[in-house]
Amino acid sequence: MEIAQIVGLGLVATIFLLIIRQEKPVLAVVLSLAFVTVIFLFVIDKLSTIVGVITELSHRAEANYFFLGTVLKILGVAYLAEFGAAICRDSGEVAVAKKVEFGAKIIIAVLALPIMIAILESLMEIMPR
Amino acid sequence: MNTEIIFTIAGIGILISILGIVLKQAQKEEQAQMLTLAGVVVVLILVVQLLSQLFTVVRTVFNL
Repeated sequence: MEIAQIVGLGLVATIFLLIIRQEKPVLAVVLSLAFVTVIFLFVIDKLSTIVGVITELSHRAEANYFFLGTVLKILGVAYLAEFGAAICRDSGEVAVAKKVEFGAKIIIAVLALPIMIAILESLMEIMPR
Repeated sequence: MNTEIIFTIAGIGILISILGIVLKQAQKEEQAQMLTLAGVVVVLILVVQLLSQLFTVVRTVFNL
């Protein structure tokens, strides 16, 4: 019944946020940051198990680990960027949130570049001259 | 699950807002401002430790 813990903690945090936001909006932002972090640290064990299983499956299928590693890196970058951007947007700083997302997009594009090159190279091998 | 930090931050927030109201009623605006600043710094120190933990965990899980 871990979902009950998460939902309960979320409701309690919402009530606290509503009370604190009236007087001190800065502390409300910090509290929501702490809540998000606590929830993520709570589920990260399971996420790590899932990632381990996927890695094991790719090893068993003898797939190239480089591609899976890139996909996992992109997942991590996307998660962190979403985390930061959501906090910024919650506090009303939409411009900052947009820039965080923009930076994440650029970093993801750079990470995905080797995969694109690999696809193009295999395409050139298949295509008749 | 270390939920204490959420309740710690919520408690500090409520305490500081009440103390701020009291100080404002007593015509001590500067002290109220300083109290807010101190509270934000204390809470920020707590959260930054948690955030560094989060970043370390994300880095190890996703091999960033």
